[in-house]
Amino acid sequence: MAEIAYARVGPKQALGAPTAWNRLKANHNWLGAWFMLPAAAFLILFLAYPLGLGVWLSLTDTKIGRSGVFIGTENYEWLWDDSVFWLSVFNTLLYTIVASAIKFAVGLYLALLLNENLPFKAILRALVLIPFIVPTVLSAIAFWWIYDSQFSIVSWTLRHLGLIAANIDFLGDTWNARWSVIFANIWRGVPFVAITLLAGLQTVSPSLYEAATIDGASAWQRFRYITYPLLTPIIAVVMTFSVLFTFTDFQLIWVLTRGGPVNATHLMATLSYQRAIIAGQLGEGAAISTAMIPFLLAAILISWFGLQRRKWQQGESND
Amino acid sequence: MSYFTRRTLIKGGTAAAVAGALTGPALLDWAKAWAQSAPWKPEKDAQLSILRWKYFVQSEDDAFVAIMDSFTKATGVKITIARESFEDVQPKASVAANTGAGPDLFWGLYSLPHLFPQKCLDVTDVADYLGKKYGGWVPTAVTYGKGTGNKWIAIPICYNGNLLNYRLEASKKAGFSKFPTTTDEFLAYAKAMKAQGTPGGMALGHASGDGNTWVHWCLWAFGGNVVDKDDKVIISSPETEKALNFAKAMYENYVPGTASWNDAFNNKAFLGGEIHWTNNGISIYVAAQNDPTKKQIAEDMDHALWPVGPIGKPTEFQVLFPLMAMTYTKYPQASKALMAYMLEADQFNKWLTASKGYLTQCLNAYEANPVWTADPKATPFRDVAKRTLTVGGLGSVGEKAASAIADFVVLDMFAAACTGREDAKGAIKIADRQLRRIYR
Repeated sequence: MAEIAYARVGPKQALGAPTAWNRLKANHNWLGAWFMLPAAAFLILFLAYPLGLGVWLSLTDTKIGRSGVFIGTENYEWLWDDSVFWLSVFNTLLYTIVASAIKFAVGLYLALLLNENLPFKAILRALVLIPFIVPTVLSAIAFWWIYDSQFSIVSWTLRHLGLIAANIDFLGDTWNARWSVIFANIWRGVPFVAITLLAGLQTVSPSLYEAATIDGASAWQRFRYITYPLLTPIIAVVMTFSVLFTFTDFQLIWVLTRGGPVNATHLMATLSYQRAIIAGQLGEGAAISTAMIPFLLAAILISWFGLQRRKWQQGESND
Repeated sequence: MSYFTRRTLIKGGTAAAVAGALTGPALLDWAKAWAQSAPWKPEKDAQLSILRWKYFVQSEDDAFVAIMDSFTKATGVKITIARESFEDVQPKASVAANTGAGPDLFWGLYSLPHLFPQKCLDVTDVADYLGKKYGGWVPTAVTYGKGTGNKWIAIPICYNGNLLNYRLEASKKAGFSKFPTTTDEFLAYAKAMKAQGTPGGMALGHASGDGNTWVHWCLWAFGGNVVDKDDKVIISSPETEKALNFAKAMYENYVPGTASWNDAFNNKAFLGGEIHWTNNGISIYVAAQNDPTKKQIAEDMDHALWPVGPIGKPTEFQVLFPLMAMTYTKYPQASKALMAYMLEADQFNKWLTASKGYLTQCLNAYEANPVWTADPKATPFRDVAKRTLTVGGLGSVGEKAASAIADFVVLDMFAAACTGREDAKGAIKIADRQLRRIYR
């Protein structure tokens, strides 16, 4: 329609002088730019500006309630030698990699199970979502009690079964604490992965499986050569999100351990909050946040280029 | 009203009793008369919002609300109260200070106002008025109120005493009929209590109250210090090392899990009978009294002042609750009037009584309040304001000290040494580096 309208207007304009303004008025690109302006303003205001401000803050010595001066990369130089910062980087990577890998494995398994014809399928699918529905802080508080050093239900049960003699020190021991928070994160994150992958599974045409079954494919072969390839685009999206959510997790850690014991569970996000908001060193906190960006970019790039390398997924034929 | 002035009210420690009789219309008359004569006249149509820390003793909060209500009745100034847990007051105040919008008043912890001194209303006139009227401020309150400057940026409402809580019978059984008064005895006590299966423990997680209290006491008891009087970092010293070694020896006699404790854990564990001594405010005792099933714990426990270390004098570290008004408030006069009103004898005496020892005055006159003598188990809390040192130790209470404590530098140093993640020297080295950064 637009082309037709343009064609009709065209001759009329030819009557007037072909001024620059007239030509501009008729220019689709120019008009298009105007139409994009609200969206662009929205993006700049709510995405680019905060990000830019964060990066700028990281280059200053701003404190809470007092604007700072530009100090170049001093905050980063300081962090480079800061053992607590590097510990938080290690914790974040461990947390993200272990939790995401297990969430993927368990989520995929659950999705495959739920895709079968089970009795009470709808109810089961709804139940699986529960950990995801409960607000993080609530579930974190539940885990806080589960992991309590004196009143843990797990310790209590095991003690009464005679399996252990003393309470398990879930959050007081460095490695116990790490595994405990990872477990809580997995518990919370699995439903998201499972339900999204389930949605992906349901788009796979049953006729493909029928054909494969007739050809004598085993269950593993059907998964490996039909389900998995058709699922990869969804996997790429789900895992990108899952990794991003896990990497930037905050609430769970903050409620459970506040980064303790001895900073063993401090993630970059929690350390950034502690330094910036709690201790008032906005500049340094912003530097920690900014230091997360390269890791996040790398995670996105890996999942998009790693999992979406097949050209046919983007509408071209395979090589 | 002229026949009983405020001065006579506090005389002889009968203040609370008399003030307690002032209720209903009489109280309103008094409050109205106060509003008439007070040096601060609230702005027309003034409204205030105040954010305070979330209470641990219900009756304390009830008394607080009653004060706010009577202020509203007397002056017409509406007050909105919001409550946040200990840890969350500071982030909220920080964000408000940074954005210039939020509650008019913040009632927070420690040296909170010194994180953003230039955003706090100058309340020197209120502090002078109260100090003159009620027997003067304790010295640490002056330090917290003014910092290194000349003007008061906050009103130090009260301290929250954090002392040792211990079970009587178990301690007696371990051979301690009274609580240890020196660090050496304290260690022996911890060992004996652990040996007979009634151990205690103190928080080493990121517990702003209980954790900071005991590690700072320990550091100072052995002569260690974060900074000297010129704010030069001197944490790296043999004294600090001794303090860490002592703490490690203590930690070995704690119940397992103290490295994960925040402020609430020891309360639960003590009330659950899992630990038999810890450091805390009077809130455990009050909770035990209020719960019919825990009565025997209330009867079988007592409080003690902190033992004295090799340095030979008390080195306690108590939580101060300063009240600050923000410069962005539209109603500075109303804010000041409220601050003064809260600490007038007619309000504060009732409040102290209702808090059952959880709050300790910073104004000397209130020492006579009957709450300190009615129950001998509350008496040790009377003196905490006089015995405490200030945040930053020898140094200033300014934003650097506030940053260091908020970033848990000393607490993490102790936790690293106690749990064996670092040896004493390694833990000191990490803390030293962080402190140098903060105090540069």
